[in-house]
Amino acid sequence: MGIFESNAPKGPLAEKWVNHKNDINLVNPANKRNIDVIVVGTGLAGGSAAATLAELGYNVKTFCYQDSPRRAHSIAAQGGINAAKNYQGDGDSVYRLFYDTIKGGDYRSRESNVYRLAEVSGNIIDQCVAQGVPFAREYGGLLDNRSFGGVLVSRTFYAKGQTGQQLLLGAYSAMNRQINRGKIQTFNRHEMLDVVKVNGKARGIIARDLVTGKLERHSAHAVVIASGGYGNVFFLSTNAMGSNVTASWKIHKKGAYFANPCFTQIHPTCIPVSGDHQSKLTLMSESLRNDGRIWVPKKKEDAEAIRAGKKKPTELSEEERDYYLERRYPAFGNLVPRDVASRAAKERCDAGFGVNKTGEAVYLDFSSAIMRYGKEAATTRKLDNPSDADIKKLGKEVVEAKYGNLFQMYEKIVDQNPYETPMMIYPAVHYTMGGVWVDYNLQTTIPGCFAIGEANFSDHGANRLGASALMQGLADGYFVLPYTIGHALSEDIRTGKIPTDTPEFEAAENEVRAQLEKLINTKGTKSVDHFHKILGKIMWNKVGMARNATGLKEAISEIQALREEFWKDVRVPGTANEMNAELEKAGRVADFLELGELFAKDALHREESCGGHFREEHQTEEGEALRDDENFMYVAAWEYTGKPADAILHKEELDYEDIEVKTRSYK
Amino acid sequence: MNLTLKIWRQKNAEAKGKMTTYQVSDISTDMSFLEMMDVLNEQLIAKGEEPVAFDHDCREGICGSCNLQINGEPHGPDRGVTTCQLHMRKFKDGDTIVIEPFRAKAFPVIKDLVVDRTSFDRIQQAGGYISVNTSGNTQDANSIPVDKESADMSFYAATCIGCGACVAACKNASAMLFTSAKVSQFSLLPQGEVEADRRVLAMVEQMDKEGFGNCTNTGACEIECPKGISLENIARMNRDYLKASVK
Amino acid sequence: MAKSALLKSSLAKKYWMAFTGLFLCLFLVGHLFGNLQLLLPVSEMAKDQFNEYALFMTTNPAVKVLSYVTYISIIFHAIDGLLLTIHNRKARPQGYVNFKPSTNSKWSSRNMGILGTVILAFIVIHMSMFWAEMKFGGLDDTLYTTANGEEVKDLYTLTIKTFQDAQYGLLWAIAYGVAMLAIGFHLSHGFASGFQSLGVNHPKYNGFIRKTGYAFAVLVPLAFAVIPFYIHFVLEKI
Repeated sequence: MGIFESNAPKGPLAEKWVNHKNDINLVNPANKRNIDVIVVGTGLAGGSAAATLAELGYNVKTFCYQDSPRRAHSIAAQGGINAAKNYQGDGDSVYRLFYDTIKGGDYRSRESNVYRLAEVSGNIIDQCVAQGVPFAREYGGLLDNRSFGGVLVSRTFYAKGQTGQQLLLGAYSAMNRQINRGKIQTFNRHEMLDVVKVNGKARGIIARDLVTGKLERHSAHAVVIASGGYGNVFFLSTNAMGSNVTASWKIHKKGAYFANPCFTQIHPTCIPVSGDHQSKLTLMSESLRNDGRIWVPKKKEDAEAIRAGKKKPTELSEEERDYYLERRYPAFGNLVPRDVASRAAKERCDAGFGVNKTGEAVYLDFSSAIMRYGKEAATTRKLDNPSDADIKKLGKEVVEAKYGNLFQMYEKIVDQNPYETPMMIYPAVHYTMGGVWVDYNLQTTIPGCFAIGEANFSDHGANRLGASALMQGLADGYFVLPYTIGHALSEDIRTGKIPTDTPEFEAAENEVRAQLEKLINTKGTKSVDHFHKILGKIMWNKVGMARNATGLKEAISEIQALREEFWKDVRVPGTANEMNAELEKAGRVADFLELGELFAKDALHREESCGGHFREEHQTEEGEALRDDENFMYVAAWEYTGKPADAILHKEELDYEDIEVKTRSYK
Repeated sequence: MNLTLKIWRQKNAEAKGKMTTYQVSDISTDMSFLEMMDVLNEQLIAKGEEPVAFDHDCREGICGSCNLQINGEPHGPDRGVTTCQLHMRKFKDGDTIVIEPFRAKAFPVIKDLVVDRTSFDRIQQAGGYISVNTSGNTQDANSIPVDKESADMSFYAATCIGCGACVAACKNASAMLFTSAKVSQFSLLPQGEVEADRRVLAMVEQMDKEGFGNCTNTGACEIECPKGISLENIARMNRDYLKASVK
Repeated sequence: MAKSALLKSSLAKKYWMAFTGLFLCLFLVGHLFGNLQLLLPVSEMAKDQFNEYALFMTTNPAVKVLSYVTYISIIFHAIDGLLLTIHNRKARPQGYVNFKPSTNSKWSSRNMGILGTVILAFIVIHMSMFWAEMKFGGLDDTLYTTANGEEVKDLYTLTIKTFQDAQYGLLWAIAYGVAMLAIGFHLSHGFASGFQSLGVNHPKYNGFIRKTGYAFAVLVPLAFAVIPFYIHFVLEKI
């Protein structure tokens, strides 16, 4: 099939992108004025793409379900953004960033894409600074960097704990400039509910105005999907409440392959679930693991007593504690990568050692760090025979300076003072590496339909490194798509405006209307959240951190049954012709109920453990992930044929020309 | 906990709204305020009634979507938090909680507790940016040193999440804190200084057009702002605007 | 744009409010120094001094200019304030059922309009009692020549008698006291607010401005308020 080719340019790795840019077709500025582009989603990828495309002269329409583009969930990213600037002179380079990303992704990403990502990373920082993004600076006025996520160099640029918001405001300000010029038309509080294909090409979308409920037809010469990841298939995740797979899933159903859905990142340091009422999980920066020690009680009786509130963690002596990461991974200890730390926590809690009411939490303890820092501070201040209380006080000051805002956030949510009693943490779904399959030009298998940012699958393989998501979103939006889309649009300079009063638009609109009416008219007995929570539990328990064939098969049939029940028994109050949050949720959950099955199917077929995907059948004797490069070094791209169970697998074999494929070990 | 809720219900922008009373029971103190609202909505759906519409998204205090006026204060009685970060432990069993939409001419109600804040977007569109193209070869990021103090002040202004609490808290429904934060964020940096005059004039002009009230320096906005944006920004805008106008 | 901006924009309204308000603060200080002469023991000399001062204030060309600026400031301050209040009311056509501004702002800062109205009413009464008498001939028959040979109207006696009046003197003193209380509250917000409106806000100096504002708001009105009571209770009857 011609559309399923990576289209990675030939030639040496380092020259591919430059050569490709020289080879691809361009659109003359006068013609760009006659070409329309739709961008769905206005986060880092969508916002930056919309701004850049409009700047180039295309007529851009943006769509987002939020009331303003600025609220897209990229805004919640805390840590930072990587770039191979080598400002610290610590030996960083484009190649090293490329290599770290490929290795971190457990060798399941496309080499040429990742190299390009590393190559443009420096431009992102230049661009953002020029836009006025207030990155952290040193006293000399130059940009500050920090190290992140177990790499050997300091290449992460950051803006305190809210890098995502600052970068998004930068992209949004670039959008504002184009809105002011009339080159971007924004459709906020709008949700894309289908893509419209004309003669096999993506030529527009059907969107619902979430305020009036009206269905609208919008035509364009190309459609860009930048709607983020699908972590909310788990119900509880660090994603925003509205984050959804709908745009990606609708194009999947119209012909876009969906790649590696089972590659999902579960972040180890989140605030645990406190009860059934919980709607959302909050991430605590990974940096806490630099100083915190993770443990659970050694004896089950102690864990039970703690759960019942009869015992306090501070009452347990050192001998009664199991520092399981230090025990299992003496070399890396508490600093093992995200996937390893997450699985280990689950293993202990499943074995009955969990420490909160729900039994799903482990301790992250700062008491040793407080004493260690306290002693250091006492020495620096030349105190003679300081008392334990003095040391503790000094230590707390140091810890507060480093993590004060995180501790405060924790205390607000949990109502416990983490300086006095250990924090409780538990892993949570955070990011999805899988997504819509795209070629080197970021085009999906539907010509004219592109996918960028977290919505596509391309750069992170089976596991994403910290501070790389922001980099990828902006790379796609600012520096890759604006070039590659021109190549496709150069064919459309004589096409003229795409009319919306055609049978294709009519049919798509009717299909969307029929689904909305079906959801309203089912008038069942159970709320949308009821189904979403059950789906989340199935996904978490059987398609979560550790998976096995039996569980996955059960999950598939349970999801199928749940989907059937959903369509029979869901209750959506109100009508389709008004603002109706339940109807919006219902549509999204309907898509999650299909994606969830494909997700499990993909996990079942991938008979190996790699990155975020851990199959219990495929582990070493010590319980470590066992990759199978011989049989599974490919991208699994699924073609929709009517239902998820019948999806057809297409394999894009991964060739590594420039690097040696190795095993990751943290012992 | 058992609570009595008095909530503004309004079918749509044109309809006349009114306060309606609801009871919720078994509310855990660990819940966030919005999770309590979820409980109410599940209850309403089960009874066949329409759930209460309210804006929310990230539920971790950064997207700025949630915007409830709770017991007379934007984002409720706690300080430095958004509605989604407000926890039920701030209330007592048997409390009556009054929940209203943010009120301002420039924030018309769309439905129930959902208001239209696109006026904020239009203020930013008027000039809240630095005019630079995405070329991929702008000058190197470190070629413009920015003194740490200015960079930090710009950052603090830029922490504004655009929730509208400043407008809601102000007795005049003024948007000065928001606008000034957006103006300052750029004007404090050398990159943004170049077009600072044009920016402040355009943004203030748009702010006035939107029908926000004027600032009388009561300081309520600063106290209620979940991100603690300082009044210093308003003074800076006053200064910048004066300078720009007399030029 | 720049020109109309300084007349029409919301910020322009703030600047004018601040300019006129701060100017009126200066005026208050000047006025106070004049008034303090009323605390002198009753004598021909005190009377002459005060009346010569009053003559100077009403006839000196430089002072005249200043006084016109003051009148204009008061009128502008009041009209601008009125316009602001109307504008601000319009910005929230539908109010809250439950609104608790006391949790986030001071009463005086939210009630500058009411305080200003009280003050304006006071100014009208005050001017009709003294300034108009002086200006429009009410005191023409009190003309006399001072020891310095100046021909003056006897505002001094009118003032002292007003507050020493057996029937209404104390009431007038109380009324003046209340008006000064209003001015005090008005200044407690207005002084620092004026600086903020003009863009003077710096963490280093904010404390100083605020404290000066409070001191000004307490001391100046207090000094004004003491005078009528002093005249009523302490000063020798004339």
